[in-house]
Formats: sequence, C-alpha cells, structure tokens
Amino acid sequence: MTDLPTQRLDLKGVLSGSARTAAADDHTVGMSYLESLPRRLVTLYLPLGIIVVVLLFPFYWMALTAIKPDEQLLDLNTYNPFWTWNPTFKHIHKLLFGSYYPLWLWNTMYVAVCSTVLSIFASVLAAYAIVRLRYRGAQWVGGLIFLSYLVPPSILFIPLATVVFQYGLFDTPFALILTYPTILIPFSTWLLMGYFKTIPFELEECALIDGASRWQILTKIVLPLAIPGLISAFIFCFTLCWNEFIYALTFLTSVQNKTVPVAIVNEFVDGDVYRWGSLMAGALAGSLPLVILYAFFVEHYVSAMTGAVKE
Amino acid sequence: MADIALQPRTARRPIREASRWDLIKANRNYLGFWFMLPAMVFLVLFLAYPLGLGIWISFTDARIGRPGAFVGLENYEWLWGDSIFWLSVFNTLLYTSVASVIKFAIGLYLALLLNENMPFKAMLRALVLIPFIVPTVLSALAFWWIFDSQFSIISWSLKQMGLITDNINFLGDVTWARICVIFANIWRGVPFVAITLLAGLQTVSPSLYEAATLDGATSWQRFRFITYPLLTPIIAVVMTFSVLFTFTDFQLIWAMTRGGPVNATHLMATLSYQRAIIGGVLGEGAAISNAMIPFLLAAIMVSWFGLQRRKWQQGENND
Repeated sequence: MTDLPTQRLDLKGVLSGSARTAAADDHTVGMSYLESLPRRLVTLYLPLGIIVVVLLFPFYWMALTAIKPDEQLLDLNTYNPFWTWNPTFKHIHKLLFGSYYPLWLWNTMYVAVCSTVLSIFASVLAAYAIVRLRYRGAQWVGGLIFLSYLVPPSILFIPLATVVFQYGLFDTPFALILTYPTILIPFSTWLLMGYFKTIPFELEECALIDGASRWQILTKIVLPLAIPGLISAFIFCFTLCWNEFIYALTFLTSVQNKTVPVAIVNEFVDGDVYRWGSLMAGALAGSLPLVILYAFFVEHYVSAMTGAVKE
Repeated sequence: MADIALQPRTARRPIREASRWDLIKANRNYLGFWFMLPAMVFLVLFLAYPLGLGIWISFTDARIGRPGAFVGLENYEWLWGDSIFWLSVFNTLLYTSVASVIKFAIGLYLALLLNENMPFKAMLRALVLIPFIVPTVLSALAFWWIFDSQFSIISWSLKQMGLITDNINFLGDVTWARICVIFANIWRGVPFVAITLLAGLQTVSPSLYEAATLDGATSWQRFRFITYPLLTPIIAVVMTFSVLFTFTDFQLIWAMTRGGPVNATHLMATLSYQRAIIGGVLGEGAAISNAMIPFLLAAIMVSWFGLQRRKWQQGENND
C-alpha cells in the first residue's frame, strides 16, 4: 500500500467539486451506474439531509428568534414556534440604537484587522526566511513554530494577564492586538511556508543574478505569486480573531472596549425573560460579517483550513 | 531608443571588490535573523515568556494585584486533595473522549457522503462548513436558547409528539448538561473534521475502488482496505488538532453553563479561569492550567508520530 502514488491534496477541488484530481479525470462515469436511485436516496440523500439540517438549524433558530415579537417567543402553544407571520425589527433596533453594539462591532473589527495585518507581516518574513534563506537552524525554528501553534490560549491567559498588566496595556485594544498574533503567527507562518515552497527556486536564482536583493525578491517575485496563500492566511486569521474569547474576556473590563463575543455574553445576559430576542439578534449580527466574508472566499478558506493540516 | 537600451545603468558603476559589509549583507544567517525578528519578538514576548511565567506563578501564592512569594508545590498539593479539581479533570477527559470519537465518526461519514457525486455538491460543501466559521460563543448562545429549561424548542417538539410530558431541564440536570455541551461541541467540530478528511479522500484514486470491486470486494472491505489506510496519516493529524482544541475548550462551556450545574460541566480551563480571574487566586489557577500540559504533550507526541508516518508514506521528496 505504501508505494501508491498519493497526489497532493487538491484544495480547490474540495469545494468546487469540478476540479477532480488528475487520476479522476479519465473516469467520468466511474462506478456510479451501479447505484440505483432508491438506494442512493436511503444511503446518501437521507443521512446527508439530516446532518445538514442539524448543522444549520441553530442559525435558522437564531435568525427566527431575532425577528419574532416577544409574546410569540414565550408562548409556544398559541403560535407555531417554527415560523412567524409578523416579524419585528424591535430587537435589532434595540441592538443598534439602544446599546453599544455598533461600538463593539467596531472594536472587534479594529482588533481583528490590526492583529491580522501585524501577524501576516511577521509571518511572511518568517516563512520566507525559513523556507528560502534557510539560515542555520531554520528546520528547528520551523518545528518550534509548529509547536507554538499547539500551545492553547487557555494555559496562557493567566500569565499573559499579568504580562499585559505589567506593560500597562490592560483594558486597551492593544492588549488584544499584541497578544492575538501569538495565535495567528504560528498558523499563518506554517501555511505560508507551504505556499512559498511551491514557488520555483529558478525564479529567485534569476533575480539574484540580476542583482536583486532578498527584499526585492520577496516583494516583487514571491509575494505576487503567493497571493492566494496570503488571502487564505488573511481570512483565516481574521476569523480566528473574531472568534477569540478568553483573552478578550480576561484583558478587557470596561464596557466600551469589549469585543462582540465577550460583550454579548456579559452585557446582554441578564435576568430579563424577554432578553432572548436581542441576544439572538446580537449573535446573528456578530456572525453575519464572517459568513459574508466566507461566502466570497470559500475556496481560500478551505485551503487555509486543510493547508494547516497538510504539511 | 536603441542606444539607451545599450547602456544599462549598472555598466557605468565601476566594478569593485566585495567589501566586508557586502558579504555580511548577503549572509544567510544575518538576513535570516532580521527576517525572523518580528515573529520572534511576538512569540518570545507573548508566548514563550508567559509560558515560563505561568509555571513560575503556579509555584507562588500570587493573587490579583499582589506578586506573591514562592511556596513550592503547595498549590499542586492543595489541588491533589481538591475534589472539584478532580471532577474537572474527569469532566475534561469525558468531554474530550466522547466528543472526539463522535466527531471523528460523524465527520468521516459526512466526508464520505460529500465525496459522492450529486447535484448542488459545491453548495452543500460550503453550507456544511458554516458552523465552523461562526464564532463559537455566538453559536453557543443559540444552543443556550435551544436548550432553555422552559422555552426549549426540543422539549416542545417532543411534547407535541407525545414522547414526554414535562420539559426536560437540559442545562440544569447533571447528565443532560453534559450531553448538551458535548452535543454543541460535536456540532461545531464535525465540519472541520469532515472538510479536511474530504480533502484527503479526493486524493484517493477511483481506479483502486474499481479494481477492488472487480475482485469482489464489498463496500465495507473497500472502505476498510482502501480508504482507511490511505487516510490514516491525515486522520492522525486532524484528530490531534481536534483533541487538542477540545481538551482546552473554554468558550463553549463558559457561554452555555459556566461550569454548572454543581460543577458538572467544569473543564480544567473554565475552572482555572474561575479560580484565577474571578476568585483572584492566580497561583492556583495557573497550577490548574499547567496540569493540562502533560495531556497536551501526549497529544503532541501522537501528532509528531502521525506526521512522521505521513512523510514516510509520501516518500517526502517535495522539499
């Protein structure tokens, strides 16, 4: 079994489904004619349908709750809970004009963009140095960076809180902007190393002979060729920042500085029995930016996700 | 125009000996140092230093706002006799093992289903990944509402079907609360496992299956002797990541139960947050989170050997 030629993972094909691997190209029919429709219905469509419904139901429920009037939310017997005929924008209005929500969204966006840009900058340089400069010990540094990817925030947040306090960054956006890169740099360095490896050496050798410096090679040859990798890394880092919770919960205390996930959990959860509408509206509004981003860059997203596992 | 092209700019510059400075500028190690600097500054200041500091704090009696003095192993000794700590270790192991096994089973099954040819394939694959994209806290809140004790849609549906007469107290009952958080974790983790395994499945050549079918292999045998061996390396890596992130999970629990009821869903991460940040006892909290390190190291070792094996299977000649 070991001598079978295994192709590299076909990342784009994962989602498009059209670009199958080379081996699959000349088997257009394959064995699918062996399967009859009723059989496929039971073995394929039914289980797939159930799984997809379960995976998507919470979002439907989130969206429905966000637009349901309060009395329908709590009275399950008079109204059919799975649908509403008189949607209301009360909860969303309350969210946008009766709370700090826009500010929290802005904080989240600001922190995510800043730390992503910082991390991509640092990881482009690091990945290029590890893959192409191959200084002494580069292999080891690559391994260490992979290991640091495996260090979880939940064992770092206590000492980091004291560090952030010592540096005087406590309760400022900088506390997050400077600590998120520790999660992002290992991941994006590892991802970009994979992309840089695929760029042929010859291009760089030509440029070196023509007198280009390493910096020129990086900015004029390597980076333009690695744009898909950069987009993947950028989107994935952005999502990770948006998703981060424990650092934001620990390092930020004042209401105006919070990010969306923390603010929703801490500020919206009170004893009010009618809180569900605005809570779900907040959750929905916090998820939408990422879902929209994802819709535009599905392929890059998947290649980032599988790329981290690939190497 | 032609004579401009014949006079390149560099030709005017006299050729000189390479100075010492030129040599240094082209030196790999010198350049490597500067290229690595930004990443290293971040990783040393905010990762390596806190990691060491965390171990130091766990040997002190530090509290919030007070540095604390060295107390040796006192924090660990105290934890050794603390039943809530052991409960959290048990919960973490239960949560990780059950969730990972089910995530793997459903994820692999979903990957196999998505690998079939069908209409709307691309759209389905994109939809499946959405739970992974949405911030965990926000989907955990949706689950919190779905598992509400009075207005749960699940209780309502079961009552309509006549299966139960009273609402299920999902997050208030010890067993139900554990089932609910594990379910939410599985729900979030399955897309990741499925999509990465799908990427692995697509590298398996269909001709292998055709050959096996001609030889009379059943569909189980095709899975067992073709799909599974070829997927093993990627399974090893994906599951290591999955186990690692499940083991250190914090946000899902914090948003859904905050460790309740009666500590039944406290994981080590949530317990250390509660003791260190809310309770203010930094030393003890650090000791709890450091207690996760041995488990993580075990997972990393598995990952390491998984990667080694993968390299060996691929022949690893693509530098």
